[in-house]
Amino acid sequence: MALRKPPLYDAYAAEATFTEFGGWEMPVEFDSIRAEHTAVRESVGIFDVSHMGEIVVSGADATELMQRLASNDITRLSPGESQYSAITDESGIILDDTIVYRLPEGEEYLFVPNAGHDEEIHDRWVDYRDQWNLDATVENQTEAWAMVAVQGPDAAATVDRVTDVDVTSLSKGDVVTAEIDGVESLTARTGYTGEDGFEILCPTEEAPILWSAFEGDCTPCGLGSRDTLRTEMGYLLSGQDFDPDAEPRTPYEAGIGWTVALDTDFVGRDALAEIEAAGVEETFVGLVLRERGIARHGYDIAVDGDVVGHVTSGTMSPTLGEAIALGYVPSSLSTPGTEIAVVVRDQEKRAEIVSTPFIEDN
Amino acid sequence: MFEVPEDRKYQESHEYATTDGETATIGITDFAQDELGDVVFVELPAVGDEITQNEAFGVVESIKAVSDLYAPISGTVTAVNEELFDRPELVNEDPYGDGWMLEIDVADESAFDDLLSAEEYREQTE
Repeated sequence: MALRKPPLYDAYAAEATFTEFGGWEMPVEFDSIRAEHTAVRESVGIFDVSHMGEIVVSGADATELMQRLASNDITRLSPGESQYSAITDESGIILDDTIVYRLPEGEEYLFVPNAGHDEEIHDRWVDYRDQWNLDATVENQTEAWAMVAVQGPDAAATVDRVTDVDVTSLSKGDVVTAEIDGVESLTARTGYTGEDGFEILCPTEEAPILWSAFEGDCTPCGLGSRDTLRTEMGYLLSGQDFDPDAEPRTPYEAGIGWTVALDTDFVGRDALAEIEAAGVEETFVGLVLRERGIARHGYDIAVDGDVVGHVTSGTMSPTLGEAIALGYVPSSLSTPGTEIAVVVRDQEKRAEIVSTPFIEDN
Repeated sequence: MFEVPEDRKYQESHEYATTDGETATIGITDFAQDELGDVVFVELPAVGDEITQNEAFGVVESIKAVSDLYAPISGTVTAVNEELFDRPELVNEDPYGDGWMLEIDVADESAFDDLLSAEEYREQTE
């Protein structure tokens, strides 16, 4: 299958190195992952995140369809607000996680499944809509939208310079329509880095105008630094920290139990109510290596020579200069300060459970 | 363009060895460090260990990748660049100088003939 190319591919093809991610050919690194990471932590960087999906749900029963397929309580959203939510199956296993935007006008939603999940999630929405006889239009608009993320402590000032509306007064999670160099965009104060920032959607064909609007003001960043930034925050990566096949986890195990509104009726709700009452056997934790080495995806976590869990994400933290990782351990071992080991190339490296985020949350 | 000094020989897997007689200095090339990106960890053998041509002698990790290091030539390790344990970024900054990895006592100097010349290696990376 041919890789999907983001609409901005030609804009930076000469400057970046690329990787396959979720069926897309995406920039992994422009200059240096460390330099890009630091730019986002200290000033401002821009990411092409057009590999993220966009599903638009409208119609009289749009709210009900969203409420019954996402774990969070969608009715808490006013127009122009957004919400993080899990999408679970009947047994409560996370299929994907998503940000749901209630669009600024009326009762219409745009939500963002992860790269490569757009078709499957679109079909899920359509199938349930038909099964429940709901009056809603579900459109997979992934190819119609480009998306960039402008992230960092200087993001608000940077985005405000190019928009026709005041974005500095937006609350976290708010979404507005804003014009940028004549391009009509949806601009949201959201992100995946732990810094202040904005995710900006515009029609695919106008993506180069949007990218140029920030040229010179922002350090271009690839998926490499996006990954180190989110790992420092302990944010989940779909398909890696949870995955219905390779890493089946409930929101409670994955540390996002707060996205589960048990007082709403959604697919997976009954199973999750039971799991919530019983407690989880394994828990998603942060850990830091206390010996030289780097913990990576798939490495075992051991105690006294016995394998008790495994790492799902791990890297050298550019901010801390320490090897940090995320993974699952028995809940009895999940208390910060607990000493464990990570098995790196058959050698046990001392490590310690720590609370996340690994760095201060901005 | 990547730097490929004339005073050493190269392995297809992007390690170099200097050729000044019985002692050889081993490291990875400018091309290799650029491919890896920010180097954050290096695992090397200890002084006295034997390394064998074409076999793995250590590991280099960047933020995005883990790579085995292959010995360009066989011999006994006489020095290890321990500076890299605290400052692995030296591999990026100066791969042929401060970013060196091992010094070895070469077992058989004729084995240098199995390696690529600077010109041959340059062609491989173009």
